[in-house]
Amino acid sequence: MSEQYLPGEHPDLRPPVGQTGLLLWLRKNLFSSPFNIVLTILTVYCLYLMLPPLFNWAFFDAVFIAESRDACRAAGDGACWGFIEKRIGQFTFGFYPVEERWRVVLAFVLLVVALVPLLWDKCPNRRQAIWFSLLYPFIAYWLLLGGMGLEPVETSRFGGFMLTMVIGVTGIVCSLPLGILLALGRQSELHIIRWLCTSFIEFIRGVPLITLLFVASTMLNYFLPPGTTFDILLRVLIMVTLFSAAYIAEVVRGGLQAIPKGQTEAADALGLKYWSSMRLVVLPQALKISIPGIVNTFIGLFKDTTLVIVIGMLDPLGIGRASLSDIKWTGLSTEVYVFIAMFFFICCFSMSRYSIYLEKKLHTGHRED
Amino acid sequence: MKTMTKLALGAAAATILLGTANAGETLDAVRAKGHVQCGISTGVAGFAFTDDKGDWQGFDPAVCKAVAAAIFGDTNAVKYTTTTGKTRFTALSSGEVDMLARNTTWTFSRDTDLKLDFVGVNYYDGQGFMVPTALGVASATELDGASVCIQTGTTTELNLADFFRINKISYEAVPIETNDEAQTNYKAGRCDVYTTDASGLAATRSTFENPDEHMLLPEIISKEPLGPLVRHGDSEWADVVRWVLNAMITAEEFGVTSENVDKMATGTENPEINRLLGSEGDLGAMIGLDKAWAWRAIKMVGNYGEVFEEFIGSETPIGLERGINGLWTKGGILYSPPFR
Repeated sequence: MSEQYLPGEHPDLRPPVGQTGLLLWLRKNLFSSPFNIVLTILTVYCLYLMLPPLFNWAFFDAVFIAESRDACRAAGDGACWGFIEKRIGQFTFGFYPVEERWRVVLAFVLLVVALVPLLWDKCPNRRQAIWFSLLYPFIAYWLLLGGMGLEPVETSRFGGFMLTMVIGVTGIVCSLPLGILLALGRQSELHIIRWLCTSFIEFIRGVPLITLLFVASTMLNYFLPPGTTFDILLRVLIMVTLFSAAYIAEVVRGGLQAIPKGQTEAADALGLKYWSSMRLVVLPQALKISIPGIVNTFIGLFKDTTLVIVIGMLDPLGIGRASLSDIKWTGLSTEVYVFIAMFFFICCFSMSRYSIYLEKKLHTGHRED
Repeated sequence: MKTMTKLALGAAAATILLGTANAGETLDAVRAKGHVQCGISTGVAGFAFTDDKGDWQGFDPAVCKAVAAAIFGDTNAVKYTTTTGKTRFTALSSGEVDMLARNTTWTFSRDTDLKLDFVGVNYYDGQGFMVPTALGVASATELDGASVCIQTGTTTELNLADFFRINKISYEAVPIETNDEAQTNYKAGRCDVYTTDASGLAATRSTFENPDEHMLLPEIISKEPLGPLVRHGDSEWADVVRWVLNAMITAEEFGVTSENVDKMATGTENPEINRLLGSEGDLGAMIGLDKAWAWRAIKMVGNYGEVFEEFIGSETPIGLERGINGLWTKGGILYSPPFR
């Protein structure tokens, strides 16, 4: 005879085996139908074929410290990470003077500090911290380029991941406000502004980034008097920003057009002026639905920074190429490209995860799931 | 409209004035800023690469270093600007760099139409063929019906067509975009033959797992003289670069090396060596330098042969033979005018 319980006092029983935990998950996700069973088995088989050689190459047979390619080949059959290890400074800092590299590291650490209050709304003392974020561009400029007590460093010595970060971060930070302004301009009722913004956007979108980079690097030289050097990195930054701003503008315009007209009219009825109604009513909603598109553009921009190699600036790929030409290290391109791919993957994947976090946080139930 | 025209004219005049003011003064400008701004490539095995410390090395930067050594006595007094095939000439004509040393072929139109001055040749290259040893051919004339990996839109493509037409044999072109792609296709066996400049082929071959399974055919089907260049309008500066290069070649001819140059600089039996190293006469003054300019270049960088062997010679993985790049006294065509 089983125990007697008063109504409502029966303890919870464990769910039946197979209805919970790992087993349930397996059955639901991997073995739910004959077709899925076949797919699962095939996938596992492919992984079985691929992963062991991959791990052998990347870890177990790999050589982590070596003086040259020949030494690597003698020490093991796998990847020659010794090459990356020897060149990590170059990959990270380009030709930045070795004794000044702490400045780049400091600038990067401060970048993270400056980003936290911007990206995370529960940050303690957020209001004060944002002041630091606003100051950060000037601090970074001073740290990276020197002057005022620091050894000046020319931008031609920038390279590697540092160059990617400088172009990527500047492009992202500057193109968002510019893009929003362009999007608003394109919707403007003032004909001249609308016409200017539309033609700018359409012109930039109609031209490949590579062309703009070539214009920045070669054409401008012909217009400027000989001897004037208008910093090439600055030219590239301007071009990349304009390019990405045009795309952001179109993404934001999509968001603006998705906001029902009633919202603007309601703002008008409340007596809000144009800028207030935009800032308080329309843009918060429009930007929220534009987030995936904006982040998509940023990720594209970040990867497009590798194009600067066509005008002779050495981003990680350029550094890789210059390093691979070293007669001591020829033929290790796989290692170099895998390494650089990991860097870009980590950066772009973080951006995409952040955008998902933001979407979830801002999800206010306007759409159906 | 009229003001626009005037403005444009004014700007053009200013440009011309500034341009002429610059002419003939590159050496002074270089002295004033304390370094030579040298345009190099973004990386060609053996010819230009960064070493573990992050310094540029190679057969081409060596010319820049020699010029810096001759002027400043310091091989580090060079700042490098990496240029691509598309930006190199603009960088030079716009004054962004003082000289280019980045395997650039000396051609008629580049020398004249582009208003550049090639000051000499530091490597005589030419288009060659690489085949797998297993293919069993010994000469390019046996390549009838072969599939050839070739970069589209280059002079190599035209040279190839000419060569096969002259020899009345057929081929099947496998068009590809970049050098990397060509190597991948060739290694994967999608073409029997890979053709580009012979130095490039040797460099590519050196990166293979088993270089012995591939061979270069003896035929060289085009002329690709590679050399340093400067822009038109400053012959004094061109002279400096030209004679630094000649000094390196002459030094090899007379057996002056970075090892023995100190001893030879004190005076030798050979008056030409004495003139070169400054113990007799004062050739340096004629190009605006001091007596010991060539001594410094040779001491700090080495003579032509030393540089060749260090970066691309038969002892390196690139493994290029001297061949026509030997001295004229040793069966090659390297020939420096006399120091007199």
